[in-house]
Amino acid sequence: MITFKLNGQQRTFDGDPDTPLLWVLRDFEKLTGTKYGCGIAQCGACTVHLDGMTRRSCITPIATVDGSEVVTIEGIEGKEAEAVQKAWVAIDVPQCGYCQSGQIMSAVSLLQMTPKPSDDDIDGAMAGNICRCATYQRIRQAIHDAADTMEG
Amino acid sequence: MIRNITFTSISVCLVLNAVIAASNISWAQDKVAAKAVELKPVSTFQSITDEKQRSVALFEEAGKVIQHPRCVNCHPATDRPLQNLTMHPHQPPVTRGDGGMGVPGMMCTTCHGSENVPVIGQAETIKSIPGNPNWHLAPIEMAWEGKSLGAICAQIKDHERNGGKSIDQIVEHMGQDHLVGWAWNPGEGREPAPGTQKAFGELIKAWAQTGAACPS
Repeated sequence: MITFKLNGQQRTFDGDPDTPLLWVLRDFEKLTGTKYGCGIAQCGACTVHLDGMTRRSCITPIATVDGSEVVTIEGIEGKEAEAVQKAWVAIDVPQCGYCQSGQIMSAVSLLQMTPKPSDDDIDGAMAGNICRCATYQRIRQAIHDAADTMEG
Repeated sequence: MIRNITFTSISVCLVLNAVIAASNISWAQDKVAAKAVELKPVSTFQSITDEKQRSVALFEEAGKVIQHPRCVNCHPATDRPLQNLTMHPHQPPVTRGDGGMGVPGMMCTTCHGSENVPVIGQAETIKSIPGNPNWHLAPIEMAWEGKSLGAICAQIKDHERNGGKSIDQIVEHMGQDHLVGWAWNPGEGREPAPGTQKAFGELIKAWAQTGAACPS
């Protein structure tokens, strides 16, 4: 039996321990905000926070999550998440939106570790999140805007 | 409605995959050699009577490992790790960051866990995601990419460029370190480094005992 905390709540999973975390989230927990994009950790659509750090859930066996804390797009909170959400809405960052939950999880993680990121910091943090609509310019702008908001 | 959502999701997946495929990025894994490359045992070199020449020969044999892409890929000359036997830049385009652990928002642990993870039922080109509890890049002063074996040898012995290690510590690092040992257990779809870590460690130990001479 695998036990972990998901968005603040204790959860268990007794299926195949090799099941990727992504499919535990989507198929068993019915949290479909985290997306399947490539399945090989190349696109970033499946990004969640595992013990406070970004993690590609598509290549994370649920067995390795035992005892850990997972936060998904449905459960992300805090000043960085609030600032990112407002900034994303303010300039309509998403186009189709498919990659955006992964983009937001990476952006929040960046701001948690680097509250006032440079363009290079943003490019480095977001390098693994592909956007088919190429909203990269708005993503970068929204992260700067969120940082400004947090700064007050 | 459900059918439309499903169709849209599938379409998005296909398009996303097409974006990845069209991005001129190669992430095919190694074409693993049919026959594993072995290392000659230390005893092979006993016939070389000149100790310095024997030391050089031992290091040259160990060099089959040191210059193998499985090792050099994480000793890059830039802030970008390499991948594959072709040693192409790492995809996604990650960078070194503090301590070789990646950058905020994109640490190595975003993808690399404590062990290799087989990728099931996905692309034919990627069979596994590599992992180790201590996954990180070698410091830039330990860059091996593009260097001759002689230059790497001098570098390995240089306290300024080897993390302040003594020769004994180098022997221990090469022969015992768990992350170094990953090179012989790199996960499905990757060619392991030649021989075994034990055989490699014995070559390095014999090299050290014969004066740690470097190839010219």
